[in-house]
Amino acid sequence: MYQENANVISQEKVQGGYHVLTLRAPLMVSAVQPGQFVHVRVPHMEESLLRRPFSVYRAEGDQLRILYKGVGKGTRTMTFLQAGDTLDLIGPLGRGFPPLTVGRYPVLVAGGYGMAALYLLARQLPVKGVAFFGGRTAPDILCVPEFEALGWEVQVATEDGSLGESGRVTRLLDDWWATREPKADAVEAYACGPNGMLQAVAERAREHEWTAWVSVDRNMGCGVGACLTCVLKTHTPGGGWTWKRSCTEGPVFESREIVWEEETAPTS
Amino acid sequence: MVDLSVTIGSLKLKTPVLVASGTFGYGPEYADLVDLNQLGAMVVKGIALEPTKGNPTPRTFETASGLLNAIGLPNPGVEGFIEQYLPFLRRYTVPVIVNIWGRSVEEYVAVARRLDAADGVHALEVNVSCPNIKEGSALFGTDLEAFKRVVAGVRAATKLPVIPKLAPNVSDVGAFARAAAETGADGISLINSLPAMAVNVETRRPELANVSGGLTGAAIHPFAVKLVWDAARAVDIPVIGIGGIASAREALEFIIVGASAVAVGTASFTHPPTALEVTAGIADYLERHQLPSVAALRGTLKTN
Ligand SMILES: Cc1cc2nc3c(=O)[nH]c(=O)nc-3n(C[C@H](O)[C@H](O)[C@H](O)COP(=O)(O)OP(=O)(O)OC[C@H]3O[C@@H](n4cnc5c(N)ncnc54)[C@H](O)[C@@H]3O)c2cc1C
Ligand SMILES: Cc1cc2nc3c(=O)[nH]c(=O)nc-3n(C[C@H](O)[C@H](O)[C@H](O)COP(=O)(O)O)c2cc1C
Ligand code: FES
Repeated sequence: MYQENANVISQEKVQGGYHVLTLRAPLMVSAVQPGQFVHVRVPHMEESLLRRPFSVYRAEGDQLRILYKGVGKGTRTMTFLQAGDTLDLIGPLGRGFPPLTVGRYPVLVAGGYGMAALYLLARQLPVKGVAFFGGRTAPDILCVPEFEALGWEVQVATEDGSLGESGRVTRLLDDWWATREPKADAVEAYACGPNGMLQAVAERAREHEWTAWVSVDRNMGCGVGACLTCVLKTHTPGGGWTWKRSCTEGPVFESREIVWEEETAPTS
Repeated sequence: MVDLSVTIGSLKLKTPVLVASGTFGYGPEYADLVDLNQLGAMVVKGIALEPTKGNPTPRTFETASGLLNAIGLPNPGVEGFIEQYLPFLRRYTVPVIVNIWGRSVEEYVAVARRLDAADGVHALEVNVSCPNIKEGSALFGTDLEAFKRVVAGVRAATKLPVIPKLAPNVSDVGAFARAAAETGADGISLINSLPAMAVNVETRRPELANVSGGLTGAAIHPFAVKLVWDAARAVDIPVIGIGGIASAREALEFIIVGASAVAVGTASFTHPPTALEVTAGIADYLERHQLPSVAALRGTLKTN
């Protein structure tokens, strides 16, 4: 874990209100693992005492990229960052995605910034499987050519049918599963997206006996395990439950560990 | 070289800048980013007799220059703390102050007695003032007789320096400061978070699952300065000033109105090395004002 002043190299508007911020951050790049995040102190926001967490999208050479959307005051302020500005980062933080179990077939499921959050994993996994991307409408579907260039098959669903299949991504996942050879390798799923999507993946993991790693999004304070803001309920052996900190014990959890009844109803 | 040392009872601190309870975990959380040995002391998150789970989420909410929290004092219990965290802290030279809380005088006393026997604990900060515990703890902070019973109980249970942490929501903080001194406290600390709440107007729901919580951060600083001034004038024992410190300037304000030491809280979330930068800033200030020690600055407020 480091604290590093990163120089902004560029900021690029992509589709769907998303931006890609490219930073020179050699310390972050040197240590980052797939699924980890950086905790950003947004400049020119003195009245905001908390940092904002962002998954690492790409890490190459000494350059780190994050892909984000302006949804509130912090992220909207970030859209004004320009080449030459500096950004104070803490990271890399959290427990990211574990490596693929030997003999398993990897499946990615993503929505929103989850497509960016899975990119490093997609690059690193030794087997390139199938990726399911879902969103409300076409501009919400990001990074498809990048995943295809890595060798992944990408299947897309949008709720309004403007790109790929019409409907939710979990329908694609169900169709894919229904036609899969019964003797094929066991599935290991990796997911990052809205809570409802993660929950839908968790349900299928339970039904079909997949291993499923989900990256959760919880509001964060410190990002390092000190403030106990970011907790979620997890099962303990023996039928009990305990809070776990998504910043240090997550953000990636095996889906069976999470007490889903405590989570909000599916939204995607 | 200016003299930054501070003495609180038998506790000797190399610098007057501590990290406040609940904002720096139990030590390991920030150890990669901040050299713990450079801190005046490490005040750990509140410890109770039994493990406590804490409140439902959302537990925090950001406000203008402030942070609203209702974490609910989750902790591993005194035995859990001794097993899981004290061995780590013993590897450091930084003095360890354990913040303790309970739901009854007996619980405070039991925690104090257990920590008195533990190796690596240097003082106890007695939290009587967390607004996030419903079962009576807040009473100890606002009812003078109940407050004295807790402080006296803890005092009798340990030889460690005892530092009650006063509640900010009382009409006469000086009375609590005096009661602490008369009951044998070695110092006092203040302020804890201020009872506060925020409402989402679209949903008409409170922003915190606990409905209300405590406000901390820059927003509370001037309020804290006034209370520290009131408390410091009431007693001769050392006062630790807490509330909204983000730079040396706020820490110096506390010292000028009478604090012997200070603690950095919420600002560590924003910028983990804040406490160390505040320490350096205090040293610079003392040199610039040709003062030999932090003690020479204490209580030098000019009011005419
Ligand atoms: C591990 C992780 C990885 C992430 N990766 C990405 C990413 O790669 N790309 C991306 O676009 N987004 C990502 N996010 C989401 C991103 O962090 C949020 O969108 C961002 O913090 C919003 O900040 P804001 O200031 O714009 O919004 P705010 O103005 O803060 O408002 C957003 C909402 O969150 C609430 N809120 C904010 N902070 C807190 C808090 N500490 N406690 C309680 N409520 C709070 C606000 O009340 C509001 O309802 C990630 C989140 C996590 C947890
Ligand atoms: C997330 C959080 C947790 C806290 N936990 C405790 C605690 O366990 N015990 C306690 O006495 N004070 C606790 N406090 C209060 C701080 O120690 C401090 O008194 C308060 O935050 C004011 O200082 P600040 O404005 O610098 O943050 C907590 C504060 C925060 C923000
Ligand atoms: S964000 Fe502070 S403990 Fe996770």
